[in-house]
Amino acid sequence: MEDKNSFVRQVAEKKYEFGFTTDVQTEIIEKGLSEDVVRLISQKKDEPDWLLEFRLKAFRYWQTQEAPTWGHLKMPEIDYQDISYYADPTVKKNQDAPKEIDPELMKTFDKLGIPLEERMALSGMAVDAVMDSVSVKTTFTEKLQEKGIIFCSISEAVKNHPELVRQYLGTVVPYRDNYFAALNSAVFSDGSFVYIPKGVRCPMELSTYFRINARGTGQFERTLIVCDDDAYVSYLEGCTAPMRDENQLHAAIVEIVVMKNAEVKYSTVQNWYPGDSEGKGGVLNLVTKRGHLRGENSRLSWTQVETGSAITWKYPSCVLSGDGSQAEFYSVAVTNNFQQADTGTKMIHIGKNTKSTIISKGISAGKSQNSYRGLVRVAPTAENARNYSSCDSLLLGSSCGAHTFPYMDVQNESAIIEHEATTSKISEDQLFYCNQRGIDTEDAVGLIVNGYAKDVINKLPMEFAVEAQKLLGVSLEGSVG
Amino acid sequence: MNSEKQYIDLYHQANDLICRHSAPLMNAHRQEALEAFQRLGFPSKQVERYKYTNVAQIFAPDYGLNLGRIDIPVNPYEVFRCDVPNLSTSLYFVLNDLFYDKALPKATLPEGVIISSLGKACEEFPEVVKRCYGQLARPGKDAINALNTMLAQDGLFIYVPRGLVVDRTIQVINILRSDVDLMVNRRVLIVLEEGAQARILVCDHALDDRNFLATQVSEVFVGENAHLELYELEETHVKCHRVSNMYVQMQANSTAVLDNITLQNGQTRNRTDVQLAGQGAEVHMNGCVIADQKQHVDNNTLIDHAAPHCQSHELYKYVLDDEAVGAFAGRILVREGAQHTVSKETNANLCASRTARMYAQPMLEIYADDVKCSHGSTVGQLGDAALFYMRQRGIPEDEARLLLKYAFVGEVLDSIRLESLRDRLHHLVEKRFRGELSKCKDCKLCK
Repeated sequence: MEDKNSFVRQVAEKKYEFGFTTDVQTEIIEKGLSEDVVRLISQKKDEPDWLLEFRLKAFRYWQTQEAPTWGHLKMPEIDYQDISYYADPTVKKNQDAPKEIDPELMKTFDKLGIPLEERMALSGMAVDAVMDSVSVKTTFTEKLQEKGIIFCSISEAVKNHPELVRQYLGTVVPYRDNYFAALNSAVFSDGSFVYIPKGVRCPMELSTYFRINARGTGQFERTLIVCDDDAYVSYLEGCTAPMRDENQLHAAIVEIVVMKNAEVKYSTVQNWYPGDSEGKGGVLNLVTKRGHLRGENSRLSWTQVETGSAITWKYPSCVLSGDGSQAEFYSVAVTNNFQQADTGTKMIHIGKNTKSTIISKGISAGKSQNSYRGLVRVAPTAENARNYSSCDSLLLGSSCGAHTFPYMDVQNESAIIEHEATTSKISEDQLFYCNQRGIDTEDAVGLIVNGYAKDVINKLPMEFAVEAQKLLGVSLEGSVG
Repeated sequence: MNSEKQYIDLYHQANDLICRHSAPLMNAHRQEALEAFQRLGFPSKQVERYKYTNVAQIFAPDYGLNLGRIDIPVNPYEVFRCDVPNLSTSLYFVLNDLFYDKALPKATLPEGVIISSLGKACEEFPEVVKRCYGQLARPGKDAINALNTMLAQDGLFIYVPRGLVVDRTIQVINILRSDVDLMVNRRVLIVLEEGAQARILVCDHALDDRNFLATQVSEVFVGENAHLELYELEETHVKCHRVSNMYVQMQANSTAVLDNITLQNGQTRNRTDVQLAGQGAEVHMNGCVIADQKQHVDNNTLIDHAAPHCQSHELYKYVLDDEAVGAFAGRILVREGAQHTVSKETNANLCASRTARMYAQPMLEIYADDVKCSHGSTVGQLGDAALFYMRQRGIPEDEARLLLKYAFVGEVLDSIRLESLRDRLHHLVEKRFRGELSKCKDCKLCK
């Protein structure tokens, strides 16, 4: 007992690694949300009229809606008037050399291990770094351009490729989709825009790194990925935030369009600040992510490792319209202390011979609540649809919760849908076996958990897999009872 | 809101009549139920537990009610022969919502065991009724409870005192009989005291080709070390609507088998809430649904593990054809402190036509760590390979399909512990799949 307590204390004192703040002059607009704010954001980004119209329509719709409450979550009341919707840390740009990045920002991303300059050549990964509401830097743009690939922040895309943005924006997640999607559509700031032209295989991993820095702000990024016929791209997303004792709102939208024979891999390692061990503070991660598999034989896979955020409420989904399209969803969600997660996926089968796989692993520790919620819908047109879902939950500690809420809605007799779920704790036998071989309990749990999550972690690109494994260890330290 | 209004108006108009033909113990709950019903209204499809059934629509048509308790001139003992061979039961009838007590089975029950109308029980055993009535099916929790408590005038009462064992199966037949469209509100109270044992088979039948709407609210108390087997079999017709809420509370080391079989129906909504309140309680729930045409069957179950060392096993299978709609939502809740829970939930569904629709929703909600819980759910169709194999061996396609469907539900039927019922059901299910009306051959009523 003595031992255990000292260890718990030790871990509790261990700070969230990415919890520092960057002291950089940031232009933050007044708190509050109104039509004027929406206009102001649009004006700051120098946007065309059609986009402003889109924002306003979304805002008016949002005003008529009420926040949803159906999640298995205890949500703090969000005061939407107490958030600033735009924060620009790049404001103190050197007028003479506008391409220079504030060294403070450089340092921040360096500290986070995100290669923006010299190391980028070595990493072989193109990065779009977004701090608060603004994209700080996008690397490798020129090199990618040679292949016709567009990889830039969405604001740049609006300026340079308005026709593409206009064609696809809001077609996968319409602004009326849900409460937070409407909010995002009204006030979204930067995110990434990716366009892979026909037949191009993107030669490197594309990656966006999101960071919330400023106090009292939320992040409302918007990402749009379009993968044209026969193209391929692997896209990574990472996120961190400083430690604050207030809840910060993160309401993003990710839209993915996959055309004929194209393939998109989308991987997330989500490590927003989870709040302290008392459940104070932390990011509210309320995100709408959806991919539309429009073309025949298109493929999309979502892989997510969710370790951060006080509240995670998201369902990266796939609409399988193209005949023969395939979708995959791999998820590891870890909750500790007072974290809450209600996450899963939606697989909407519309096209013939469509196939989807769902592998979800939930790990709950401390006093956290971890829910898997998923929908598999087979439309009458989806001949021979096939789905396999497997959701496992692991419980560490007696005051946490693990829940599974799968929904199946089948309207075609040729569909084969399978779902299975198990909930268990780490068995004494496994621990004993490890102990016997000189592995202490703490390490043994880490080992077992990593083994448990292996199915998902194996799907991640190398660099991410290593980070994810470490994160799993850190998130669960001190949770062994 | 019109559906609600007609019932509220009816209650206001006929309050005196309802109360006059019912026991004061039941009347005492009506006002509270009315208030609850006014507040709740019929649940919309937005309500999670009513997602798959439009309750308001079921209640919208204008039905007659037999509030004056007018006798129905039928002696069910004369016309009804249950065709379960080798099943000797103590047979009771509930005609619409009237317990038929003009003739009772000759076989005597062990002394102290009571099977009677609820109204009579209110007079003769007020302390038992008072202790139990409305305790599990609280009107404030659910609109159906509220409506039933508001309107129900009588029902069934089964009481097995401490330590008594009822060897003979108790069979209760709910008969719907009317010349006009009719709504009936049944109330069931089953109390098994400590160490008691009973086996109950409840069958639903309809005699007339009328629109029927039956609400049924059952409260079942299973005492410590008691053992209950409760089989419910619905065999009505496409114009019958059934909305049933059953609440079961199980004390320490008790066991229960709750089987629910829907063979023929119109629209059915069964809600079963089981609370494992004492350590070591164990519940087995099996369900089988066969639906075609435009039938609608929605089974919604909740198993609440409130104490440690409890076990629950749930198996539901559906076969859907034509434009049938099936829904299964099974929630297993393991409360904090309910350690060493073992829970297994299985739901398998077969869609035999393009237009059949299945909603499946198995849920686990777990707040304790030392548990073993699993659930599995599938939706699929008959395997081509199996069909091919059988045809290759000279079995015609139709026959092969039938055999496979039959084998699919066989798992549930085989788990029925009451042997004679199991054999009978195998027979009935086969007939059902052949499209023959599931009549009992000696029964004059169905003809």
